[in-house]
Amino acid sequence: MIAEIGLAALWLAAALAVLQMVSGGFALRSVEGAPNPMAIYARPAAVVQAVLAVLAFILLLYAFAVTDLSIKLVATNSHSMKPMIYKLTGTWGNHEGSMLLWVGVLALSGGLLAAFEKRLPERTMGATLGVQGFVALGFYAFLLFSSNPFERLPVPAVEGVGLNPLLQDIGLAIHPPTLYAGYVGLSVAFSLAMGALLTKEVNPSFARVMRPWVLGAWVLLTFGITAGSYWAYYELGWGGWWFWDPVENASLMPWLAATALMHSVSVLAARDALRTWTIMLGVLAFSMSMLGTFLVRSGVLTSVHAFAVDPERGAFILGLLGLYIGGAFTIFALRAGAVAEGKRFAATSREGALVFNNVMLSAILAIVLLGTLYPLLTEAFDVRVSVGPPYFNPAAAIFAVPMFLVMAVGPLLRWKEDKPARIQFEMLLVAAVLIGVIALVSFFGQFPLLPMLGLGLAAALAVAAVLPLKGRKLTRVPSATWGMVLAHFGVAVSLFGMACEGAFTQERLAAVAPGGTEQVGDFAVTLQSVTPVAGPNWTAIEARLAVSQNGGEPVILSPQARNFWSPPQATSESALLTRWNGQLYAVIGNQAEDGRWQIRVWWKPFVTFIWYGGLLIALGGVLAIAGRVKVDVKRRKATAMGDARRADLEALGAAAPVPAE
Amino acid sequence: MKAKHQRLALVLIALLAIVGAGLLAAWTLRNQASYFYLPEQMAATPPEVGQAVRLGGMVQAGSIKTEANGVTVNFMVTGNTADAIPVRYSGILPDLFVEGSGVVAEGSLGPDGVFFATNLLAKHDENYVPRELEGMGTEEAAKMAADTTVGLK
Repeated sequence: MIAEIGLAALWLAAALAVLQMVSGGFALRSVEGAPNPMAIYARPAAVVQAVLAVLAFILLLYAFAVTDLSIKLVATNSHSMKPMIYKLTGTWGNHEGSMLLWVGVLALSGGLLAAFEKRLPERTMGATLGVQGFVALGFYAFLLFSSNPFERLPVPAVEGVGLNPLLQDIGLAIHPPTLYAGYVGLSVAFSLAMGALLTKEVNPSFARVMRPWVLGAWVLLTFGITAGSYWAYYELGWGGWWFWDPVENASLMPWLAATALMHSVSVLAARDALRTWTIMLGVLAFSMSMLGTFLVRSGVLTSVHAFAVDPERGAFILGLLGLYIGGAFTIFALRAGAVAEGKRFAATSREGALVFNNVMLSAILAIVLLGTLYPLLTEAFDVRVSVGPPYFNPAAAIFAVPMFLVMAVGPLLRWKEDKPARIQFEMLLVAAVLIGVIALVSFFGQFPLLPMLGLGLAAALAVAAVLPLKGRKLTRVPSATWGMVLAHFGVAVSLFGMACEGAFTQERLAAVAPGGTEQVGDFAVTLQSVTPVAGPNWTAIEARLAVSQNGGEPVILSPQARNFWSPPQATSESALLTRWNGQLYAVIGNQAEDGRWQIRVWWKPFVTFIWYGGLLIALGGVLAIAGRVKVDVKRRKATAMGDARRADLEALGAAAPVPAE
Repeated sequence: MKAKHQRLALVLIALLAIVGAGLLAAWTLRNQASYFYLPEQMAATPPEVGQAVRLGGMVQAGSIKTEANGVTVNFMVTGNTADAIPVRYSGILPDLFVEGSGVVAEGSLGPDGVFFATNLLAKHDENYVPRELEGMGTEEAAKMAADTTVGLK
């Protein structure tokens, strides 16, 4: 029954998406002041659709929880012996389930927008909901026609196949849902941008409606990428934290576009400049989200040929991608000329700095996009290449370095127009820190160029991040400004971690007999024993490593090499020792013929700062949202109080007796 | 500056930067993308010393030798012809790395003709095949690559 109810809910939601789309379309035809009678259905349709889509997802979650093996998806991706938490997270650890999650979040954000957003003119709102319905409809069609998550098996399976062991990790519980929520949050920004463009309402009040959605999506993406990076770091056992893997790039590209969009929408809200640019970035950001979904979900990454062999799903998403992106850019091209010019500004102004960094972010986005698609392109011509760090690192750095420099001074500039001479002192200070740190580091040793630049930039950015607070009363600084300071400081922290990892990592790879000791950095690592262990669905060999820092009290680390039996696969479980100034990372390998065990140990100074920085950036975004919401609530309250007071006065005035002569 | 001009200037700057990024990407990709070689191709037209490439083939039977330090292995990778490329790798071997198994080695050719691998991609479960070898027997792979990879720079 569960599966049938879920499927029915999806079909109903799809029907409501049609209603939402049509009703939203009618809103465009309404005359100002007189709402079109057909336009009133868009909001309720969006809300009910959200409830139905979320219900469908909850039902699938339930099917996974009870391991209903008559459902094909459960049988092929779950196993009755799996721990409960991984049964649940397994719901979105596969194609159909994750697409249902995608659509569920899409509907939910559309519903929230319809239920709570009252500031926009009704025409714009109708158009926005219409676009949102149109986007949702495409993905409902995709789910229902080519990846039905509720498909039944003719005969229930006896036992499930299981879930890829790499995915049996708490990282999977948080990483994809956050990323998806971020991707899909950008869909609202996209719909709002299209709605505003269609009704020519591209102005600061529209930007203020769009800003929390962009900020929210950006926070979730930041958090999702940070979590994903840490997950890959400890789960894959290679000691790296970013692989420039296409799947990672698929999440980085929307983040880059969203970062640009967030800054540009702030300019629009505060200064009424960058109108068309903001709209363009809104379209670009969601295009990148969909491209990411396409890359990850179509099978095109395994091989272009694999995609060609089973083209249905991939072609479907590619079609949706072409329809939405092509349609959006067509409307943009037709309508952009009609959007009135915003306020102007000089090149040396805060807007100018933001525009520069927007362009740099877009350039980095282009670099990542081309590097990700290049192997797919050449493979179509049967030339197989892979593109890795030797391409991405220098090419991205060429644009990232000027961006960081402008980011240091940008927040110090005034809006509209400013003289660089005014912030002479600050600029000199930042430059001095930058050059000083690079000189100091190169004095002490030979390091590669990029990590050295990174260290200098990190120090300069850390100083520059707090400079906007100079000469201000800290208790009176708005939360949004604190958010900016914190996020920019987080960039410095993260950059510091990346540079330290790149420059100072020490590695030791050795074959060790039980009882033997190896030295890495300040740590003496002794292999005490290697024993077989077993878990609920795996067996493993586990090493006991006694690690002592500078001859201090030893700490036991136990890295494992695991063998899962359903599906059969081997994984390496790293063991981490975290200190405030870095992490010791240990993995165990094979046994040599003479009985020694291979162990590989890294000391990575300040590597944790990469993710601390990411969390700070996300926290900065949260503070900014909180600040905006606070201001909004205050304004609503003030309006309400003003209305009440006026009503009171009127009531009094009507009741007041006419004073006697 | 008139309003129209400012918009035009912005568009031009943005276009310039994006086109610049595109050109830079194209140029770097030509130099830095690592091409895939089969052993016979590497023997016939070796890549430049130190250039990052990938070498894919079969681990020759009886060729795996572990050095005294216990972590460095030397082995030969063969394709369809008699050509075999010696590979040297220090690190933890993938679990299913055995003689006769398919392997893709990432690394670069040294001046002495030995391929220094920085990473080995081998099957680590029953279903996994290195991307470059997917759907091909060795012969097929050789034929495909002979048609396409040779002469690339």
